[in-house]
Amino acid sequence: MTPNLSLILLLPLVGLLLVALAPAENTRLIRRLSTAAVLLAFILSIWVYAAYDHVAGGFQFVQNLPWVPALGISYHLGVDGINSMLLLLLGAVSFAAVLISSSIKERVKEYYILLLITVIGTYGAFLSLDVFFFYFFHEVAAVPVFLMIAIWGSKQRDYAAMKLTLYLAAGAAIALVGLLGLYLFSGAHSFDLMALQNHLALHPLPIDVQNWIFPLIVIGFGITLTLWPFYTWAPVGYAEAPTAISMLHAGVLKKMGAYAIIRFALQLMPQAAHAWMPLIAVLAVVNIIYCGLVALTQRDMKYLLGYSSCSHMGYILLGLACFNTMGLNGVVFLMFAHGIMAALAFALTGYVETQAKTRNMDEWSGLLACMPFVGTCFIMAALASAGVPGFANFAAEILVLFGAWDQYRWLTVGAVFGLVITAIYLMKAIRLGFHGPLNNRLASLRDTRTMVDKLPYALLLALLILAGCLPAVILTHISTSTKTIIESMH
Amino acid sequence: MINPCLVWTAFFAPLAACVLITLFFLSNKNTSSLIAIAGILLSFICSCLVFGQIFHANPPYALQQSLPWIHFDNLTVNFGFLINPLAIVMLLIVTGVSSAIFIYSRAYMNEDPGSPRFFAELSLFAFSMIGIVLSNNFIQLFIFWELVGLSSYLLIGFWYAKPSAADAGVKAFLVNRLSDFGFFCGILLLWGVSDIGAGRSFQFTDLTAVIPHLNTGLLTTIALLLFCGVIGKSAQIPLHVWLIDAMEGPTPVSALIHAATMVAAGIYLLSRVFFIFAPAPTALIIIAYVGAITSLMAAILAVAENDIKRILAYSTLSQLGLMVMALGLGGPTQGMYHLTTHAFFKALLFLGSGSVIYALHHEQNIWKMQGLWKKMPITGWTFFIGTLALSGIWPLSGFWSKDGILALAFEHNSTLYLIAAVASGLTAFYMGRLFWVVFWGKPAADHGGHAVHESPAVMTIPLIILAFLSAIGGFINIPHFISPEQAPEQLNLRVAAISSIVALAGLGFSYMIYGKRTAADPLVAMLGNFYTALKNKFYFDTVYTWYVDCVQQNFALFLARFEREFIVRLFLGGLTATARAGGRTLRYLQNGMVQFYALVFILGAVCLFLVMTKTL
Repeated sequence: MTPNLSLILLLPLVGLLLVALAPAENTRLIRRLSTAAVLLAFILSIWVYAAYDHVAGGFQFVQNLPWVPALGISYHLGVDGINSMLLLLLGAVSFAAVLISSSIKERVKEYYILLLITVIGTYGAFLSLDVFFFYFFHEVAAVPVFLMIAIWGSKQRDYAAMKLTLYLAAGAAIALVGLLGLYLFSGAHSFDLMALQNHLALHPLPIDVQNWIFPLIVIGFGITLTLWPFYTWAPVGYAEAPTAISMLHAGVLKKMGAYAIIRFALQLMPQAAHAWMPLIAVLAVVNIIYCGLVALTQRDMKYLLGYSSCSHMGYILLGLACFNTMGLNGVVFLMFAHGIMAALAFALTGYVETQAKTRNMDEWSGLLACMPFVGTCFIMAALASAGVPGFANFAAEILVLFGAWDQYRWLTVGAVFGLVITAIYLMKAIRLGFHGPLNNRLASLRDTRTMVDKLPYALLLALLILAGCLPAVILTHISTSTKTIIESMH
Repeated sequence: MINPCLVWTAFFAPLAACVLITLFFLSNKNTSSLIAIAGILLSFICSCLVFGQIFHANPPYALQQSLPWIHFDNLTVNFGFLINPLAIVMLLIVTGVSSAIFIYSRAYMNEDPGSPRFFAELSLFAFSMIGIVLSNNFIQLFIFWELVGLSSYLLIGFWYAKPSAADAGVKAFLVNRLSDFGFFCGILLLWGVSDIGAGRSFQFTDLTAVIPHLNTGLLTTIALLLFCGVIGKSAQIPLHVWLIDAMEGPTPVSALIHAATMVAAGIYLLSRVFFIFAPAPTALIIIAYVGAITSLMAAILAVAENDIKRILAYSTLSQLGLMVMALGLGGPTQGMYHLTTHAFFKALLFLGSGSVIYALHHEQNIWKMQGLWKKMPITGWTFFIGTLALSGIWPLSGFWSKDGILALAFEHNSTLYLIAAVASGLTAFYMGRLFWVVFWGKPAADHGGHAVHESPAVMTIPLIILAFLSAIGGFINIPHFISPEQAPEQLNLRVAAISSIVALAGLGFSYMIYGKRTAADPLVAMLGNFYTALKNKFYFDTVYTWYVDCVQQNFALFLARFEREFIVRLFLGGLTATARAGGRTLRYLQNGMVQFYALVFILGAVCLFLVMTKTL
């Protein structure tokens, strides 16, 4: 029996409808329904991941229904090693995000409805093999984010929601121009990714056309991926968003940018990629160093994590510019590793913030003493982020560095130096927040008590350690697919 | 024949202990310490068995096994082990000294509520250190290198609620990270030229074949970059600053990590991959001078220190400097020999100081101790043996191993010999100072209101074992085990005579000054202004603090400001200005909804696109 990909969309959709029908006062029912919906989708994602035949590679479990044949639009779902891994990432993060949402007490029903729409949209974007549907789901995922920040966000939520939306909408619009250009100039008369791939492999776009479509797509989606200097929406956006949205956005939605660049830019326009990506590699290292240094000046833990996240995207961008399997495997692996790590760090910060009523690290002190479990998890997440071996991020980042070494020697040295900067601000954060004498005002803070409370953190941490100690779990799964992409680029 | 199962067991037993404690016994003091001790003893016993197997034949066996850790088309990173005479000697030191210290810690940490966490972290450290010893390739080595840094960070900051301890942990981690930046670049550079025909390799055994084909300039760069890692881990100048602060950790940690094993990892690395350094003479001479200067500087600083653990820490720096110098002079055997004996007597001295600190209820200032020999005879005697061994008095182990290094310097480079000889004299002097002040003279009637007792047997037995090893270390033919193919060295009588005189002079001179108890250190008056420089540790920390607080922080603040004032204004301002301009022209459509603005933006983009298609 093979998994049915549409079910991954349908089950949460059913959950969403049930939540919509449930009485708003019955928050317990709403929470249970939402949890069940994302849990089912998560289980299906695990199934897809396990059932995917990585030796054969290629797109599997494909479902293809023509939708608007005149325009070449079809409902086309399928997974290869890359997006099946992203499904797993989304499954884990969305499950954890719904679990930690139990701290939301206002407008619970609306909250879960919007959260589920975002999750469904993201699943849809990762599953779609049709450019039109990808874009559609991408927007479905983006709209509720605006509302959720504006409604459940913290102090500066209006500014944050506005800024984030302006940037992302601008990025999406730029990318849309690029995608439409691709559609019009390819001559395939199809939005179908596979059709475009096959067609462009035989009849590549003229180089001057590639040269202006390519940057539109890379910069458009690069804004989502916090490419320097288009990253400033992210720290404020993540900081002011409700925790679940910070987790989902920093962990997963952002990765849609990298995913789209791989699928639509690198693979479909390899000639332009060779011309443009060295420039992106330079910006990538600016990302790493610049955002890392700005993170050093932050006092607010969520801002620090936000800048840190922008800084880490530099490694993904650098890996995208490598054109070899090491770099691309590193990128895809890092999407997973960073996604899990970022979600974990934001979740734990949210946990502390809910009780301490502040995210300012100067007002936190010695929290490890009163919350040993949460504190230990946070320290481990920070160590993972700082590239300590044993966590997935290390294995992924060294792959990117190996991949980049031959072409971008000095840039790679800069990227390695980024690991020093990362360690500085994270060690400082641990030192200020969790070590040192316990602040009396915070002595009454409570650690997680039940297993259910611990579950989201334990799950994410376990994934980080598992993939860090046995990177083959991810790498063998993705390497056939990444190899296909790299081969099509040469 | 070597049984690989034994090696793997030795490798993973401490990790198993760490995981078990973390998952199930974090609130059980007794069981957690027993599990940790069982883990390290199992590892030690397996190492002993492997040792027997290796030297069962002549020439001795070596064995390598690898499992693929990361593997896809052109990249293979293995996880494995390479065991040979050098590695097994180091493995025995690590597991042996660890066993003694784990047992000692059971008593020392008994009163601490966090002791299960302590044993979990200690086991993690033992696992990481064994990993460095056994790794057969650079990436695996780097992984364990970092994990050793991590466990060191955790253990220094074990009492994390104490700001000084937490700061010391951060400092150790960051200094090591900075040095690993160079180290990792070195690994990348080496890997980039390591084509062995079937792709590139990180494996030491493959690299031996590659190195002879590289040009000297490249090799020198690689060697110096790899040496960066050693500078951090083995606390060489100018990155030595973390080791002194690391004394904030519990004393068993100082003994195990910051004296006997972790800091020795750099020396071990140099010896293990000496084939990369040997053909790069320029790099070697730089390495030798870094070692020598570290050795001298630390010996000078130790003279003015009053904290018993910090004096020992400076002495560790100084001895590590000597070892690094030996390597730089082309003598891995001599370096490793001194590493071995140093592990014995330095662990002994630290545990002895721990015994004193324990008896005096966490007093570390030597001027608040006196006449302890009578009250703590076992600690006193063993500490005396350690002092003599460290000072290089015949026939204790330190004499033989230090003589090897001094003879090497004497033959190759007289400047280095002179520096090392002065450092040795100073070593005898400050160790004498420490010993006379703490143990000599009449016992104080009252040590802060506590009756002073000898420590329990579980603490003194490790002391006795280590004292025994420190005493006989010169007679068990250690150099033969380290490099069996090398002919045994003759004692250089001239060098031996000079060093003995120097050491005795140092001890004697210190007795002249400190043999009679004085209220304050007479040295303060004798040294005058120089003493201030010593107290400020030659201003290294001052300069680094200035750099971090003023240069780095201000640069970061400038970048943050540039972002707020320029990047945000340019883009966000640009976007809003566009929207406003659109709004002015299309006033009727301006309804204040962001989604609507986005739609306008998209429409604009499409128009732009259409214009562009026309022009093409």
